[in-house]
Amino acid sequence: MKIKESIAISESGFMFDPSTGDSFSLNQTGKEILAFLKSGKSEEEIKEIMIEKYEIDNFTLEHNFYDFMEMLKTFNVLTAE
Amino acid sequence: MEKLKYERPVINKINAGVTDKFGMGHKIPIIQELEGNKISDLTNKYGSPLFVISEKKIRDKYNTAKQAFTTRYPKVQFAWSYKTNYLNAVCKVFHSEGSWAEVVSGFEYDKAIENGVDGKNIIFNGPDKSIADLTKAIKNGSYIHIDHFDELFDIIKLTETVSEKPKVAIRVNMDTGIYPKWDRFGFNYENGEAWNALNRIMLSGKLELVGLHTHIGTYIMAPEAYGVAASKLADLAINVDKKFNHKIKYIDMGGGFASDNTLKGAYLPGKDTCPSFDDYADSITNALINSNLDTQNLPTLILETGRALIDDAGDVIATVLANKRLADGRRSTIIDIGVNMLFTSFWYDHEIYPTKQTGSHSEDTTIFGPLCMNIDVVRSAIKFPLIQKNDNVVIKRVGAYNMTQWMQFITMRPKIILIDTKGESHIIRENETGQTLTAMEKTPTHLT
Ligand SMILES: Cc1ncc(COP(=O)(O)O)c(C=O)c1O
Repeated sequence: MKIKESIAISESGFMFDPSTGDSFSLNQTGKEILAFLKSGKSEEEIKEIMIEKYEIDNFTLEHNFYDFMEMLKTFNVLTAE
Repeated sequence: MEKLKYERPVINKINAGVTDKFGMGHKIPIIQELEGNKISDLTNKYGSPLFVISEKKIRDKYNTAKQAFTTRYPKVQFAWSYKTNYLNAVCKVFHSEGSWAEVVSGFEYDKAIENGVDGKNIIFNGPDKSIADLTKAIKNGSYIHIDHFDELFDIIKLTETVSEKPKVAIRVNMDTGIYPKWDRFGFNYENGEAWNALNRIMLSGKLELVGLHTHIGTYIMAPEAYGVAASKLADLAINVDKKFNHKIKYIDMGGGFASDNTLKGAYLPGKDTCPSFDDYADSITNALINSNLDTQNLPTLILETGRALIDDAGDVIATVLANKRLADGRRSTIIDIGVNMLFTSFWYDHEIYPTKQTGSHSEDTTIFGPLCMNIDVVRSAIKFPLIQKNDNVVIKRVGAYNMTQWMQFITMRPKIILIDTKGESHIIRENETGQTLTAMEKTPTHLT
């Protein structure tokens, strides 16, 4: 999964998709994950980084990560490939 | 390196044009304890879900209401509306404050007697009173509020066999300018039916006409409606006095004051929009005092306030069973209490709070109960923080009607506890078990 090229994310967690005109708000972890995705990191790499950095167990993160990716799909901010 | 505090990743779409009434990044308050008891301690001890009633809140609310009326009118009497919450412990708190009992069935009547209420302090309302119920009520000197002519004739007939003179009032329905008009109960004012009933009672010579009653509806947001109703009852009392030289002892304004809950679809929270007891009291007492009733001999004002006295005192603690995404991306949270036990979620947008600190982010969430049914929606849309499975939530203001109208369905009804004024918790109703239910079943022998 990749984030659409054109998407812009601000420091404060504000995200804009110029192709649809939609804007979004992200929390800290959401913002980080999106930034990693945008930089081309794989989902596995991102999860490892998150586990390192945050007080969270594998299982819950896996769960939440999956849910977050589903939201990105719903909001149409991922590209097909 | 110390790890950072984690929060679920979340993304929310910003809807241009639709202003979020709470603004972005709104921090949702949390409820960590109820009357000094930690939520986790309560669920560990009593399980989840758990209804929690605060004795202090009942007493405080009652005294606020009482104060509003007694400072404006010389003779005021509250009668606890049993159907609103007839747990014995709850009724007894009200009775200990001086409330009479207002009942609407033989079952409730017996409950009031068992709770130690003097028969003379019981008001018997409703369209469903059996001959046995009526006989008992007459013998005990209770106030029978007649609902229809058939009942009036039953009571007149009973005077042939029962020696005590029945003490009666009539229930009056009327146009008070609000919708819906509750004209199913009692005798109509405008078409003269109420006056006709009063004449029959007086002319029978067999009944003691003690009062006039109305109950104009429930969750009435317009205090003026009570003023209209009080004036109409005052007129009837004056006319009875003129024609029969008989003074009515009380005017009973029923229940119907709004609680601080927010009705579904209302834009602003009930807390900010509902009239106060002072508003209702102003309207009612002004109407009575400004009427032509003899000011030296004013009838007692009786109030059967239910909802507004008990809603605030009841909370329910529930547990998150799962978080899910709906097909359109909305978040849904399933909790362990559904609409069968939280009947009022059909009426209200109940306030729901997390019980532990979460980040400042929230998501539009639908909160479902555990029933396998589409209608089982506890809150259809609420900005809710990111809580996880097994976390607790507290649903506020569930004290009225839920604990009397709840239905058992697929799971058992939970415990109810009362937290007393010292912060001690007591079970006031046990949870059901599978046995409670199967004990009532019988299997025909050919199926055993
Ligand atoms: C006769 C009567 N009195 C009092 C009440 C209590 O009403 P509320 O809870 O709206 O105050 C009711 C409720 O339906 C009622 O029917």
